[in-house]
Parts: sequence; C-alpha cells; structure tokens
Amino acid sequence: MSDAAPGPAFSAHHVVEYTYRRSVGPVLGRFFTELRERRIVGIRRADGTVLVPPAEYDPDSGEALDEIVSVGPTGVVASWAWVRQPSAKHPLERPFAWALIRLDGADSSLLHAVDAGHESAMSTGMRVRPRWREATRGEIHDIECFEPEGAS
Amino acid sequence: MRDVAVLSFAQTPYKRREASRSEVEMVMAVVTEAIADSGIPKGAIGFTCSGSSDYIAGQAFAFVGAVDALGAWPPISESHVEMDGAWALYEAWVKIQCGAADSALVFAFGRSSMGRLPETLTMQLDPYTLAPLGIDAVSLAALQARSLLDRGGVTERDWAEIAVRSRRDAMANPFAQLRGESEVDKLLAEPYLVSPLRKHDCPPISDGAAAVVIAADDVARRAGPRPVWIRGIDHRIEPHQPGVRDLTRSPSTSLAGRKAGAVPERLELAELHAPFTHQEWILREALGLGEGLRINPSGGALAANPMMVAGLARIGEAAQRIRESGSGLALAHATQGHCLQQNLVCVLEAE
Repeated sequence: MSDAAPGPAFSAHHVVEYTYRRSVGPVLGRFFTELRERRIVGIRRADGTVLVPPAEYDPDSGEALDEIVSVGPTGVVASWAWVRQPSAKHPLERPFAWALIRLDGADSSLLHAVDAGHESAMSTGMRVRPRWREATRGEIHDIECFEPEGAS
Repeated sequence: MRDVAVLSFAQTPYKRREASRSEVEMVMAVVTEAIADSGIPKGAIGFTCSGSSDYIAGQAFAFVGAVDALGAWPPISESHVEMDGAWALYEAWVKIQCGAADSALVFAFGRSSMGRLPETLTMQLDPYTLAPLGIDAVSLAALQARSLLDRGGVTERDWAEIAVRSRRDAMANPFAQLRGESEVDKLLAEPYLVSPLRKHDCPPISDGAAAVVIAADDVARRAGPRPVWIRGIDHRIEPHQPGVRDLTRSPSTSLAGRKAGAVPERLELAELHAPFTHQEWILREALGLGEGLRINPSGGALAANPMMVAGLARIGEAAQRIRESGSGLALAHATQGHCLQQNLVCVLEAE
C-alpha cells in the first residue's frame, strides 16, 4: 500500500458502441425493404388502427400482427422540438426540429427530423413530406428528413 | 404478505464529476454506512441486489467490479438489475416475500460524467428506427413537453416554478448538487436548450451512489432503528415507441400507484423521480396528487440526477423524512427509460 495522498482516480478511454449485426425480422424487414423503394408501410391492429413503424406484436394485447398497409408518405406533425445546436450524432448539421409525424393513414407517429430552416416555420399540425436519400439502402436514414409540404 | 421495512439509507453527495473516487469506493462508503445504521450485522444480511448501467460505466460487466465493495469472502447471494436501484429494491422485496431472505442490502451507483450522457442514453432506444437517428434524452423529453403544452392547462411558467421550488428545497439537502434561490422571470428569459425546454427544465448530470437496507417482520422490528414499512410497491411499463403513446399522460404510473395502494389524501409527502420539470406535472396528474401535498422536499431529480441512483434515492429520502417526523405515509416514485416509459411506486409508512 502506498502512503501517498489520494490523487485522481485512474481513468481509461472506452468507446461505447453497439456493434452487433442484427437481423430485423419479418415485419421491420419489410418496413426497411419498402423504405429502399421509397415507400412507407405500417401494420394493422385488430381494432383497425395502423402502427408506424410496424411492430410484430400489438403493444397493448401482445397479439401477433401481420397485415402490412401502405401509409403516407406525407403526414402531419403531432409534436416537435427545435434543436438550436445539433450534435455530431444528429441527422442534420443546421438547426432543425425533431418531430413525431402522423403519416396519412397511420394512427401512431413516426419519429424523424424536419428540416424547416427556422423554428418559426414549425407548428403542431403542419403538413410534411419525406426527403429521400439519393441512394437508399433499406434503413431509417433512407428518409434524410421530412420537410414542410409547401417548401420548394 | 410479509411486512418489509426500510431500515437505513445512505447516499454520497452528488457532484457533476466525482474525480477522486472510483465506483467501488463510492459504493463502499454508502454500503458501509447503510449496514451500520440498519442494526443488522453485515454477515446476517440474506441478499444483496444492485442497480447500475454498464453503458454509463462504458465497460461490459462493470457492475461486477462494484461487488468488490462488498468483500470477496464469505460468498453471498447477490443479484443485479441493469436499471435504477429502485428496481433492485423491488427484486429484493420479492426475494423476501418468497421467503428466500429476511433482509437485503440494495445499492446503486452511476458516474454519468465519464461519457456524454444524453448520447449514452440514445443507446437505450430501439436500435432500428430510433437510435440510428441519434435522438438524445433531452430532445425526447422536449417532444413530450411540447405535447403537454399543446394539450393545454400548463405553461412554461408552471415548469419554471417547479425548478425554482426544487432548487430552493435542495438548499436544505446537503447531498444535492444544484441548489439556491432563483427567479421565475429570470429563468424564463433564458434561451431554449431544445424548445420548449430550457436548461432549468432539465436535470443536472450527477455522479453518485446510494444504499438501502430492508428487512422483514421481526428481523426489522428487532434491528434497532425505527423501521419504515413498505405498504405497497409496484412497477409498470408502456410501449417503447414514443409515437404509440399519449406522452402527456402516464397510465403506467397511475396503475402502479393503484396497485401499491397509494391514497393521495392520506400522504404526508411524495418524492417523485421527475428528471424534467414537465414530468412532475404529468406524474402529479397520474397519481392524483393535490396542490397542497409536499412534493420533493429533497429537491428531487432536478437538484441531483445520478443515473440508476435517483429512483432509489427517492425511496430513501421519503423513508428518512417520515422516520424523522415520526409517523405518516409517504409516496416514492422512480422512473426509467425515455419520456417516463416505466414507473415504480412505493408507499411507505412510519410507525
């Protein structure tokens, strides 16, 4: 044992990552395959409502779901939050909004970014459309972001 | 059902960065103090359960390292939850209900300062549709806050008042990190962090640890310190996708409160684990807590929010306060996940 006064605790550099390759399964697999074709799908629940993104099992009843339905691609902003200073992990480098987007034909909301330019252009209930990535790959980033429907 | 009581509670002072003590040293301090105050000899404690997150420590199986704080010999019956220590307490309570132990040590620790916490918390999200977007914990809370504003009945000023009250109450809590007098108008003049949330609506990033000893029936009655009885404890969860839920309400909290037997009119105080100001408002509504009830006399999670510890600390704080006042019922709440996804309610009574 050393008699020295306690100094700073030892530290080491760790990179925290979730580096596994995962199989997405039949339902999200279909969702991402459709995204690659620039289409958005959801899944119908027993009560007729549609979940987007689709889930394999009903979040309330646990019942298995399998009826895929087309939704959107346009929709309405159900909630939003304005990011003044995007982080390196965020999808846009300039100020943008996170939004919960209720796509046309869906009863739940998809989380994504909205590139609206300025906070004053955002409002709950505004209509948005997806901006597709040039080379789609079957992942959530195939939608670069959403943008106000009126924008040119 | 066996009567189970909280016998003791110990916590570290919470700091933005604990630079001189490792997790093991933090845990050792609170475990030693909680056991000494419980009146139960260390060797007689039947079960140990901890709550922590390896993602916050930045190392796989980091929780195993904390067991060093307990001593390597003799072997003990031990478990861990990758959750807030409130859920470790729940596991210990179940273990005691099953008759597998008569007493238990529960502890929790978190040193969030080692990483960028809002980004670390992104990793708790669905790895297919949410985490790849890089949405952080503050942004998710801001979406919830906007939904609440849109629903109406609450304003940003109400939230600032919660921040002012929490920091003021924290002045009497030597363990709190963020304390002092502040003014609502000054807070509201600050810019948004992620609108509609300002910095004062968000919790501080905190390092710290806490420990609780619980025991059943005669073991608790004989132990010495006045036991605070757990009259009910329950936890419930909601769907993970934020777009599936009504973020302005917390049905899992309401259900857990009912199952735990919470009767708002009979409570002396409530310690609510609401890391964001607007979440206190949602939780009060979910639990039916009236305007007159004392909420978070400790300052709550807005005064210190050590990850994996703040929920257990709510139970410890509530128990300590009614033990000191001598009688009465208190409600303690813990939350886990984004936007109050999972909630635990514990009803405590001092005799």
